[in-house]
Amino acid sequence: MLIYSPSAPVTAKRSRVAVLPVLELAGLAILLLLPWRLEEFGLAFVTRAMILALLAISFDLVWGYAGILSFGQALFFGVGAYSVALLGRDLGWMQAVVTLPLAAIAGGVVALALGWFLLLGKRPPSVIFVSLGTLTGSYAAERLVNASAYLGGRNGISGVPVLQIGGFEVLEGARFYGLALAVLVMVYGLSRVLVRSQLGLVLAGVRDEERRLLFLGYRVPLFKAIIFTFAGLIAGLAGGLYAYHEGYAGPVSLGMQLSTQAVLYTLFGGTGTLAGAVLGAFVIETLSLFLSDASPEFWPVMLGVLLLAVIVFQRTGLLGLVVPERERVGRFGRPPR
Amino acid sequence: MTALLDITGVGKRFGTLQALEDVALQVTEGSFHGLIGPNGSGKSTLLKAIAGEHLPDAGHIVFRGQDITAAGPSERARAGLSLKFQITAVLRSLTVYDNLLLALQSADGIGSLLFSRTRRGLHDQVMEQLAAFRLADRAEEVAGVLSHGQQQWLEIAMALATGPKLLLLDEPTGGMSPEERRATGELLQPIRGHCALVIVEHDLDWIKNLCDELTVLDGGRVLDHGSIAEIERSAKVQEVYTRRA
Repeated sequence: MLIYSPSAPVTAKRSRVAVLPVLELAGLAILLLLPWRLEEFGLAFVTRAMILALLAISFDLVWGYAGILSFGQALFFGVGAYSVALLGRDLGWMQAVVTLPLAAIAGGVVALALGWFLLLGKRPPSVIFVSLGTLTGSYAAERLVNASAYLGGRNGISGVPVLQIGGFEVLEGARFYGLALAVLVMVYGLSRVLVRSQLGLVLAGVRDEERRLLFLGYRVPLFKAIIFTFAGLIAGLAGGLYAYHEGYAGPVSLGMQLSTQAVLYTLFGGTGTLAGAVLGAFVIETLSLFLSDASPEFWPVMLGVLLLAVIVFQRTGLLGLVVPERERVGRFGRPPR
Repeated sequence: MTALLDITGVGKRFGTLQALEDVALQVTEGSFHGLIGPNGSGKSTLLKAIAGEHLPDAGHIVFRGQDITAAGPSERARAGLSLKFQITAVLRSLTVYDNLLLALQSADGIGSLLFSRTRRGLHDQVMEQLAAFRLADRAEEVAGVLSHGQQQWLEIAMALATGPKLLLLDEPTGGMSPEERRATGELLQPIRGHCALVIVEHDLDWIKNLCDELTVLDGGRVLDHGSIAEIERSAKVQEVYTRRA
């Protein structure tokens, strides 16, 4: 309902050229060109980094956009990984059009169940409650899988069959690289549309001032559960890809260590941008590779100090060095030019 | 005339403190109702109980004929209640424009929001509402850089954008300059007849110029209720304010 009529001239300031789309296009161009420059090891490394970037995107969606501090994103990743491993071992299913969507759905269903418990209470849950709840979920799942003979115990399930698209085998190397890149572009594009939509504005509102949204009539817990489930779908899909790529699904893929890695990727690259999460995954994985080679004993400490320095002294992450705050937060509606 | 808001016997206790006790209040459609009283008298607690931030321990709150005593804040907002907080709660990292858009799109479904179906259609309403609150030229700035008074106006504009039947304002002129207080009074006048108001305010002169009726609270209880003239003549009210002075 509008009660007032205009009483003052309606004007709005114009914005500058955006940096983020340029970075996104540059990143895509590099990923498209890399297969022509990399050997087998390099291709496998970048493929793995792209899959982990999907996990980072799923964390960025819940924390960077909706203010849900999930320390359990690996749980949904691991559920996706075990799903494709079991589908291959027990049913002989390995067709990408069937198994990858099922991996995503499995991750989404577990996220929905956990989100139902943690987020859909009558009163808004605290950040601590949600972070400890997700952390506990991830930890409990890791312990459960370790103790389950059906799931291979500590050894996990090895010998995950080669992924197929029709009669075409998606072998490790350029083929798997192409598939992982296609999935990354699709997930990134969908997530980008979502966070720039009017629904994304609601999520930004939840992150900024949740109470205000409740008093505007928004069903805040429902919006949180939706984005949490969507992020679970992405993590599940990433887990499915990971199991096919590594030929293995193990307890580590749903435990606290990988959950923490997802947090670090995003904080290091810059939260609330999607691109920051991808950048963080690539930079940390690359640093880990080189540091472990240069100093096999001390590289975790060196990496830890570097991560701590960025998180403490550059709170908007690496991307914050080049992307202005205004563009990082985004604009959802804009006066026509 | 049936009351838009009918509160009976409302009580609220925080530990050993009885913040509200047996409070009754009626607000008719389109009326401007002021809540006054000394500090700690329960004004803000009553407003929060009406808005759903605090659920009462006793009594009933009936709004537009429906008992909303146990309803949460978002349910009450969808029923037509809107609140402006005492401490401004605008979305500081978002633009002024997006703050208003967020309020105007609050009735949209999830599918509509996902596909941004109303973004273009709401543009004129956003700019009109911003213009009415003298914020149109700040539309693309982030809300966090606005002055305190402008943030208060933005939050009132947001609260009004949901199309409420009853607007609850908790100290809307708190921290404002005399000029901003006067302007706030002017900005609220056009909603008379469209939307009822319940206002908590310490500035008695300001509230007398705006409201039709006053309810005076003291120690969590209703001390007196009536028109401006009746309250000004009330010996009970004079006694409380003299005692506190």
